[in-house]
Amino acid sequence: MRYVIIGNSAAGIGAVEGIRQVDNQVEVTVISSEPYHTYSRPAISYLLMGRTTEEKMKYRDDDFYDKMRCKILCGKTVTEVRPAAKQVVLDEGSVISYDKLLVATGSEPFVPSFDGLDMVSQKFTFMSLDDARKLGAALRKDKQVLIVGAGLIGLKCAEGILDKVRSVTVLDLAPRILSSILVEDGAQLVQCHLESKGIDFRLSTGVKYFDSNRAMLVNGEMVGFDLLVLATGVRPNTALLASIVDIDKGIVINKKSETSAKDIYAAGDCTQTLDISSGENRIMPLLPGAYMQGECAGVNMADGNMSFDKAIPMNAIGFFGKHIITAGNYSGEVYTENVKDRYKRLFYSDNKLNGYILIGNVEKAGIYTSLIRERTPLDSIDFSLICEKPGLMAFTKEERNQKLGSVSL
Amino acid sequence: MKRVYVNEKWCLGCHLCEYYCAFGESNKKDMARALKDIKINPKIWIEEKDGVSFAVSCRHCKEPLCVKSCITGALTIKDGVVTINKDKCISCYTCILICPYGAVSPSEDGAVQKCELCVKTTWGTPACVEGCPNGAIVFEERG
Repeated sequence: MRYVIIGNSAAGIGAVEGIRQVDNQVEVTVISSEPYHTYSRPAISYLLMGRTTEEKMKYRDDDFYDKMRCKILCGKTVTEVRPAAKQVVLDEGSVISYDKLLVATGSEPFVPSFDGLDMVSQKFTFMSLDDARKLGAALRKDKQVLIVGAGLIGLKCAEGILDKVRSVTVLDLAPRILSSILVEDGAQLVQCHLESKGIDFRLSTGVKYFDSNRAMLVNGEMVGFDLLVLATGVRPNTALLASIVDIDKGIVINKKSETSAKDIYAAGDCTQTLDISSGENRIMPLLPGAYMQGECAGVNMADGNMSFDKAIPMNAIGFFGKHIITAGNYSGEVYTENVKDRYKRLFYSDNKLNGYILIGNVEKAGIYTSLIRERTPLDSIDFSLICEKPGLMAFTKEERNQKLGSVSL
Repeated sequence: MKRVYVNEKWCLGCHLCEYYCAFGESNKKDMARALKDIKINPKIWIEEKDGVSFAVSCRHCKEPLCVKSCITGALTIKDGVVTINKDKCISCYTCILICPYGAVSPSEDGAVQKCELCVKTTWGTPACVEGCPNGAIVFEERG
């Protein structure tokens, strides 16, 4: 038996650990395009900031592959999957057979085809260690940076490099920053915070075209720059399985991480997942979900039994010491709290918590997250108490005894 | 494995567990000296309301969501104890986002903090349990 895993990030590593929970013997091979030990992708902005190092941002210890008795092929790219022959083909031409295959190929930056972009000499994306190294090497105190995209990636990049360059301007088509995770007033709050640190914004406008070191904006303004960072979104890497499995927005999988093809599993950013907070299938390129989906795939590949059916969008992100935690979807009635350093919105309907946004004070946010993930009926807890303050006090005594005392319900 | 369990009905709400937690962490011999003039930021705390009180700290889950969700690999399970490697932690707070007990909290040293059952302290076993005057928290096997 040989299990082959394409991808060496959260989902791939989750799968290795999942397989080893069940089966200590089976041969496991991980294939990675990047020539590196597994590393934390979201840590790259902290690397540029100097808050971590390439050594510390390793996602697992140096002896991980040995301990897991797992073969790692680094710097090799799978170019073809042959489902009938149960083989994958590598870029150098060699062929590897598999009994079960996991595709955890992640996502890649999506860059729209701006006019004149090919004439911009210093342009970067910001998703991988190589991206961070290239951008890091180009940073100088006299450089002006333009970041296109005020989402999670664009803004973490802005935070990571602000101290190392002359100026950072962030541009977005949307009227607000972090539009995928914040609503208007929260976005405004975070924008003010970022502006106070020195980041400039141009919102509700896009790039019409680039003219070497200048971006001509749709609103008529011209923004000059030395370095251009394109953070305009990501898209799932599904090409390897095109015409082999069902693909919609991403690779379609069930709660066992199985694709529509026998013995082929998929997990992480390359897949689409059921968001149980909204009931919709969507792409959720988030590390915790990727790990859990990968682990689930690994357990099931090894003939164990695991389901991952609690996926919701969720983000923990911070800028210059101000923390933001969000989860779920923002529909229904709204509980609002705005006091100094505490911005809170809870969204609920039909006796369920759908989502929440916390800015500033984020303590015990996980208690809200669990209400969404477990679809807890709000009439089974003291909802008005938990709105005010997340805590276990809002649960019944019996549930507390179970949670804190392991006493069965 | 032995874990810290809560007997809510015995909790007096005295908060001594919080002070013992900070004392245990200090690795000092004398409690009064260890805690003099400091604001404690314990890894166990009392929730209390209308005469009900109980202690909350890390459950050392068998399937810890915080470990699975940690984006840098800073949280791991070592001999059953959910452990934080403060060197690797970047304080992204994903663990705070996911822990259903609210048991991981921010700290002043650039990393998150959580109960590690005092395995890294000179006590070796949970100081909070030693200090609880009424058996409201215990360190035992409950499966």
